[in-house]
Amino acid sequence: MAEFFQFLVSGLTVGAVYALVALGFTLIYNASDVVNFAQGEFVMLGGMVTVFAHAAGVPLPLAAILAIVVAVIVGISLYWLAIAPARGASAVSLIIITIGASIFLRGVAQVVFDKQFHKLPSFSGDTPVQMMGAAVQPQSFWVIGGAATVVLLLYLFLERTLVGKAVLATSANRLAAKLVGINTATIMALSFGGSAAIGGIAGVLVTPITLTSYDVGTLLALKGFAAAMLGGMGNPFGALAGGLLLGLLEAFGAGLSQLHLQGRVRLHRHPRRAVRGAAGPVRRRAVERV
Amino acid sequence: MPRWVRHRYASLVVLAVVIALLPLLFPSSYYYRVAALVWVSALAAIGLNILMGKAGQVSLGHAGFFGIGAYAVAIGPTHLGVPPLASLLIGAVLSAALAYLVGRPILRLKGHYLAIATLGLGVLVALVITTEIRWTGGPDGMPVKKLVVFGWRASGADTWYWITAGMLLIGTWLALNLDDTPTGRAFRALHDSEIAARVAGVHVDRFKLQAFVIAAVYASLAGSALALMNGFVNPDQAGFLHSVEMVTMVVLGGLGSVIGSIVGAAVLIMLPQALTVFQEYEHLLLGFLIIVSMIFMRDGIVPMLAKLPGRRA
Repeated sequence: MAEFFQFLVSGLTVGAVYALVALGFTLIYNASDVVNFAQGEFVMLGGMVTVFAHAAGVPLPLAAILAIVVAVIVGISLYWLAIAPARGASAVSLIIITIGASIFLRGVAQVVFDKQFHKLPSFSGDTPVQMMGAAVQPQSFWVIGGAATVVLLLYLFLERTLVGKAVLATSANRLAAKLVGINTATIMALSFGGSAAIGGIAGVLVTPITLTSYDVGTLLALKGFAAAMLGGMGNPFGALAGGLLLGLLEAFGAGLSQLHLQGRVRLHRHPRRAVRGAAGPVRRRAVERV
Repeated sequence: MPRWVRHRYASLVVLAVVIALLPLLFPSSYYYRVAALVWVSALAAIGLNILMGKAGQVSLGHAGFFGIGAYAVAIGPTHLGVPPLASLLIGAVLSAALAYLVGRPILRLKGHYLAIATLGLGVLVALVITTEIRWTGGPDGMPVKKLVVFGWRASGADTWYWITAGMLLIGTWLALNLDDTPTGRAFRALHDSEIAARVAGVHVDRFKLQAFVIAAVYASLAGSALALMNGFVNPDQAGFLHSVEMVTMVVLGGLGSVIGSIVGAAVLIMLPQALTVFQEYEHLLLGFLIIVSMIFMRDGIVPMLAKLPGRRA
């Protein structure tokens, strides 16, 4: 039972991050039909900027806000400088552009920051909380709570504000949205910015647990994309469910099979390799689902 | 445009001439190696282009087949005592079989769903390679025995330049032939509209599967060639990033253009080599160039260049 709860919490924590990345995919896909493979780079930026601002003496909350602002600026620039000029290109070409953008951003991060792994201090200490016989890191609450807050705010934004409704209208039918006077280009730029903000927040929240480096984005984009597809591309609730399901499947898959258990033990030393190792049962599931 | 340019084999002749004359410009064996790398990547890209450009189906897991080919020639001679050439063929057969079995259910999917299903397939292959340490050496990779054919050892960058060039010429020739066959026409039909193709009597499922298997065999053979050339394999060759690289080659060069795949492979292999002088700015520039070339040449390099003379007239 204690083990079950342990897997549950770690699955939900990782799943919340995947859900945020998937949500970012969904937001951009709905507004502009672009599958943005640079989504993971927003998460990377969120983590890296916070780490370096914090190291430079900026208080943690301020550093986090700065990181999210940087991610948003990058997201909006990505739309205006790379996606908007290529309007009318085929879907595959646009995907290659976002892949180019992700390589570019990784290259920038490599130059501006460095190639090391970095850690942030946990927001409220490292003393594990005992719950149902399992030891839960306080940062897990931050990740799950933060993700829930983002989802709630996004929901309120989309349903209760005029701009949010314009985003929904654009994703429902771009031509019709244009005809009723919505500036669809601005809305698309906005959705890139919003999606970058969501990615940045995910990066800030998860860095104390998983560490960050200039190249964490690739794997997160892969997982986020898988989560978005698992839930059904273009559906925000699907993205949420897909992300959580993927996280839970990974945690339980890794916990229950001896082979992957070894991979998890290695998690702290080789985060990328271990997560890749944990992906097995989930991939197979993803294939079955679709 | 002169008539001979339009002939089906014109590009094949040009390619053969380029391959024959290129070594005259090479100051060192390093250039042979890079060129051989281009030929191998181009071979895999041509296969993927048959699937993506001709038949209109996406694959984000193609490096999986590349990895199967590479590990077949590594595992066969080392663990099972199978000669390298036979291992290469076994790898191709295994890739074809896997493509056939997995392709049947997943090729019914469309667009992004097909992308994620093929991606899953690729990740699974990479995962098996990484975890079966006893057979594959795990994340560290394993050495590959030299190719020996009837007592003749294939080693040295220049030898492999000619071997891979020969494979590429055959691969190009077959791919160019495809255009005017019923199969090639069926691919084009289902690319343009699956429903229209079905209505016109094209067995859509069968031809999709055929394209998938062809692409898998190309990738597997390219993987075997690379492994034998390098004398070493590692799981990255089957990884997601390599799949993405292959797709980028195809799209950058031009979907549906056989020569485009060779150009795309040449650009993506040589660019990082050329950019190493910029050291840490390498990735930054690579990403930038990919974005810029996709914005200004959205159909790919070769189709864009092919349009130029027509526009002036």
